[in-house]
Amino acid sequence: MAELTEFIWIMAKIVAILVPLILAVAYLTYAERRVIGAIQARNGPNRVGPMGLFQPFADVFKLLFKEVVVPSNANRFLFLIAPMLSLMPALAAWAVMPFSDGLVLSDINAGLLYILAMTSLGVYGVIIAGWASNSKYAMLGAMRSAAQIVSYEIAMGFALVGVLMAAGSMNLSGIVNAQAGPIWNWFWLPLLPLFVVYWISGVAETNRAPFDVAEGESEIVAGFHVEYSGTAFALFFLAEYANMILIAALAVIMFMGGWYSPFHGLPVLGPLFDWVPGIVWFVLKMCIFLYLYLAFRATFPRYRYDQIMRLGWKVLIPVTVVWLVVLAFMIIVGLGPWFN
Amino acid sequence: MSAASDFVRTFFLTELLRGLKLTGRNLFKRKVTIQYPEERAPQSPRFRGRHALRRYPNGEERCIACKLCEAVCPALAITIESEPRDDGQRRTTRYDIDLFKCIYCGFCEESCPVDSIVETRVFEYHMEEREERVVNKQQLLAFGDEYEKQLAADRAMDAPYR
Repeated sequence: MAELTEFIWIMAKIVAILVPLILAVAYLTYAERRVIGAIQARNGPNRVGPMGLFQPFADVFKLLFKEVVVPSNANRFLFLIAPMLSLMPALAAWAVMPFSDGLVLSDINAGLLYILAMTSLGVYGVIIAGWASNSKYAMLGAMRSAAQIVSYEIAMGFALVGVLMAAGSMNLSGIVNAQAGPIWNWFWLPLLPLFVVYWISGVAETNRAPFDVAEGESEIVAGFHVEYSGTAFALFFLAEYANMILIAALAVIMFMGGWYSPFHGLPVLGPLFDWVPGIVWFVLKMCIFLYLYLAFRATFPRYRYDQIMRLGWKVLIPVTVVWLVVLAFMIIVGLGPWFN
Repeated sequence: MSAASDFVRTFFLTELLRGLKLTGRNLFKRKVTIQYPEERAPQSPRFRGRHALRRYPNGEERCIACKLCEAVCPALAITIESEPRDDGQRRTTRYDIDLFKCIYCGFCEESCPVDSIVETRVFEYHMEEREERVVNKQQLLAFGDEYEKQLAADRAMDAPYR
């Protein structure tokens, strides 16, 4: 009986995380269309409901009621399991995310390792989708995407190693607590190059513009999910946007002080903002990063494929390695206010 | 030297940041979209929309069945048959325009010596049966009666240039 109540309790927590997450995905697509529209002096969707706020639901219902077409020579089992394989890790990674002090589903000590493992698993969905579709465009897209994700994972992993060194903990709550204090206490300042590298590789990891060669509308139609329709396509879409939100949340936790207010611990401003719950700061900071995703897409042209590879291997990885050495010196010296 | 400055420029992402600044400024620019059913783009008095046949103020139809419009029509959309009326004047017995054939070039309007066939500003219309694409003389005259005020005003505005 006790086990059953605990099971139900965990299920309730999972629902409490996933439902807002899926809603956030829905409204991220809406925000994307509105923001890019605004940048291009258009309105974006504003017809469905007040200010177009019901547009995401209209899109979702349209996709759900469409037929899932399986290509005639596709591997049916793999074709149908691939979208789930790409969505599952994107959602599972949220299990260790601390939304506020103590507000975390599973406070495990190797949280960062778990997240790296989960985000790496996402590439299987992409590869299997491209291979099972039995289509040359899907195959090319999957190959590009896999190579890109694998390459940028190294730069991203190195950037996070810097965070590990600075925080001395793999527990995500521990990493945030190591940054307790006002805005200049957070890790973005001493780890600035790693922060930039992390963010660039985060954008590349999620296959978003300007690193969206995997999708490359103008070159290979839609990349690995070109043969997908209806609900299966919706799952890929959901996974891509859930990954974007995940990368933004990780950026907040690793470099931007998680749930801490930017005035935390300051003499006058600190107590002034103490009533704001930590999760509000967390979400606000996430919104800034999500906006950056959209602004990038509206601003930058797509990188050529070889340029992406050169950037990943020849620029980002050396930068991280060099900064890890610099960081080691900063830690040994005990440079304040971060490492003393 | 230029290689070094190139390196600095790309390494510190200055050009990318400038691009972001530009799009960031554009984010708050005024939208140029016209919200169509509620707002409309301005129309010229020479706008060429759906056709109409006009009458003189005393109610007499203008068309004298000269068939210039039929002759000039590049899409062969106009079909005219004529007979002398009881008072001896030549009038059309049939004046059909096939709206699917029509390319809205306005030549019929230009060729008309009595300003009878005109194109109105109406561009939003639909038909539910294929047969409805052919509009006959009665429909054209009725349409002209409905829009006579605007048609006369538009002709008057354009008169100095004709």
